[in-house]
Amino acid sequence: MADDATIDEICVTAIADGFRGDGEILCNPIGNVPVIAGRLAKATFESDMVMTDTVSVLAANTIPVGDPDAERLVEAWMPYRDLFDIVWSGRRHIVMGASQIDPHGNQNFAAIGDWKKPKAQLLGLRGAPGNLVNNTTSYWIPNHSTRSFVQKVDVVSGPGYDRVSELSGWIQRNHEIRQIVSNLGVFNFSNSQKRMQLVSHHPDVTVEEIIAATGFELLIPDEVEETRIPTKDELKLIRKVIDPHGLRKAEFIKK
Amino acid sequence: MHSAGCSSVEVVIDKKMTEMEVIEELSDGMTIGIGGWGSRRKPMSLVRAIACSNLKDLTIVSYGGPDVGLLCAAGKIRKAIYGFVSLDSIPLEPHFRNAKQEGTIETGELDEGAFYLGLLAAAHRVPFYPTRAGLGSDMLMMNPEIKTIESPYESIDGEKGEELVAIPALNLDVSLIHMNRADSQGNGQFLGPDLYFDDLFAKAAKRTFMSCEKIIPTEHFLKEGSVHTLKIPRLFVDGVIEAPRGAHFTECPPDYGRDEAFQSEYAASAKDPQSWENFKEKYLEVNSHQEYLKAVDSRTQIEEGQNG
Repeated sequence: MADDATIDEICVTAIADGFRGDGEILCNPIGNVPVIAGRLAKATFESDMVMTDTVSVLAANTIPVGDPDAERLVEAWMPYRDLFDIVWSGRRHIVMGASQIDPHGNQNFAAIGDWKKPKAQLLGLRGAPGNLVNNTTSYWIPNHSTRSFVQKVDVVSGPGYDRVSELSGWIQRNHEIRQIVSNLGVFNFSNSQKRMQLVSHHPDVTVEEIIAATGFELLIPDEVEETRIPTKDELKLIRKVIDPHGLRKAEFIKK
Repeated sequence: MHSAGCSSVEVVIDKKMTEMEVIEELSDGMTIGIGGWGSRRKPMSLVRAIACSNLKDLTIVSYGGPDVGLLCAAGKIRKAIYGFVSLDSIPLEPHFRNAKQEGTIETGELDEGAFYLGLLAAAHRVPFYPTRAGLGSDMLMMNPEIKTIESPYESIDGEKGEELVAIPALNLDVSLIHMNRADSQGNGQFLGPDLYFDDLFAKAAKRTFMSCEKIIPTEHFLKEGSVHTLKIPRLFVDGVIEAPRGAHFTECPPDYGRDEAFQSEYAASAKDPQSWENFKEKYLEVNSHQEYLKAVDSRTQIEEGQNG
């Protein structure tokens, strides 16, 4: 145990833990904190995973984030077109962001308000519709609040469990929202109702604070653990090898 | 232009054109595909020529970046069809956001992979390709013209009559793409890490105009890169425009990276109408791509030391 771990590092290992058991698939996190987490998982307990350099190749070595000139041990060429083939093959676990998420896991990063003339145009549907019905998905939400954890999302980019329950058996077998990590805790859908439940609260965050910051009724199991703290080896990898310039901190600056 | 050559059979077609000659081939209401991806290898000299033209009511089909944003700001777009519109290092394209939030453009927002299948269907001259992408999300609600079909086959796990989305062909009147190298006959070569979907844009369109960093003799292609980089054969290309730094300010590796400082200036021009007018006057109301580059360079001489 390393007691001096900070919240950004606790979130990194929480996201990394989501890849446990994935084996030889494409680990495809989007954004600095998820990329650090994926590279940590690959460098430690899930060495069989393959990862992109976030540009156009699969790289076998552990590359530092934010360093376009870092040396790459290239395993394969992976232009965007081939990436879609991997999505449709199902051999992939993506970690995306979400501007809004609801109790069933419906995710929105397309627009806030009426999509035709939105209050705020966001990224668009991007690959979310195809990702969710083909491969495993997790979410990273650095700003947990009643504005991001909402009863109903304005646009469904990535479908959640209620919508998928009405689709084909094939899609139901391939759809999985593994977990959601926020700056307050870890959540999943491992219950018969397929509704969002609290798995663990981060150190120094209370369950009450999480309930207050969530815009819908969260399922709270009898036993809620504290999110684990990174090990000494993990901290060393995060700080010295994967993110020596501390890019992971940027998402935690209070606005 | 038919000197040298290692065989006795020479191609004497010459498809060289200027940006202005391309504009003369376009007309109001056309559906125009634009290659590249986000703020990467966009045919910006052609995009700027459209922005400065009298063309209107265009449907733009693109993995969108500043091509979509610039044409939104210039009031050229009736409808934009895209999977996303982003400047990469600036995730949200500010001019596109303005247009969307003010409700001045129609949009066809697709899953990124569904967009690819639409191009593929057009390239293969079939009416649609099936996919599961879009089921369960709001993509079908946002695009009511996209229909679902019942699979006529059993799936590999024995399911019968599965519902699939029939992504309609994205048939294009014209495509605009930018390559690192081309010959004057219309063969194109990409030297960067990703072709994106430029070959499909060319095949999905009735006519394709291809700008390039440099026109070279055909026999020089294999000195520039391996045979795998020659993905645009001339039978899909109608015009070749030599435009050095033609993708500026988007990236065009290995020839140059993105001009981040200029991109920031472009993004800031979305702040208010006056900022856009200033940007337009400085960089769009010029007579040629060469004059644009002069305006860009005079700016970097003042600011010094960026770019590589």
